[in-house]
Amino acid sequence: MKVLYFAWLRQRTGIGEEQVSPPASVQTVAELVAWLRDRGPGHAEALKDLSSIRVAVNQEFATLDAAVAEGDEVALFPPMTGG
Amino acid sequence: MTVRVQAEDFDPGREIEAVTSGNTAIGGVASFIGLVRDLKRDGADGDSGSAMTLEHYPGMTEKMLAEIEAEANRRWPLQASLIVHRYGRLEPGDRIVLVVTASAHRQAALEACHFLIDWLKTKAPFWKLEETGDGDGKWVEARATDDAAADRWTETRRKDAAE
Repeated sequence: MKVLYFAWLRQRTGIGEEQVSPPASVQTVAELVAWLRDRGPGHAEALKDLSSIRVAVNQEFATLDAAVAEGDEVALFPPMTGG
Repeated sequence: MTVRVQAEDFDPGREIEAVTSGNTAIGGVASFIGLVRDLKRDGADGDSGSAMTLEHYPGMTEKMLAEIEAEANRRWPLQASLIVHRYGRLEPGDRIVLVVTASAHRQAALEACHFLIDWLKTKAPFWKLEETGDGDGKWVEARATDDAAADRWTETRRKDAAE
């Protein structure tokens, strides 16, 4: 599974993307984020507040209860500020 | 229907000409150009630097802009549409985004243009980082007014569907 971080999530985790292999018990975006928090203090800081995080699974917007599986591309980012 | 995401600047006149020339079914062309505003002028952001960097999600950005453009073409009878959005480092006065819509009549062109800029602000994966004196920069926060502007078009569609 590929996880991408953008904007301040990228700054706080210190990485733009990483390949991860979560355990089979991780089946939703929310469970993935909870699991990712344990990867280090940067991850814990970046991912502490779910309310300020938006999600895309395979480049489509998704909710925290969306399913994730091996091979998915999961992106985590703050609300968008383009235009 | 065209969508481009690029670091380089664009020439609005040439872009409009390119998507409309030769199509005599077009009776009206609307455009919106977004510029980098000098945040220092707003007062409230007195510590902000003047330049900003736009980050985006390559791949998803193009896909979302194309989806939004397709939605505009479903809602209004457009003869042509174009979205150009820049990324990278931009300074006050620089162009960020261009939306062009063309239709037989003005109402469809104007409404579709307004819809596109409202929707792309909340649905296209871009993030603005303002430069600050300390070097870390400050991520621009999403504004509730932008969400409200985007939602207005959702309500409009519901109203239309009910009629």
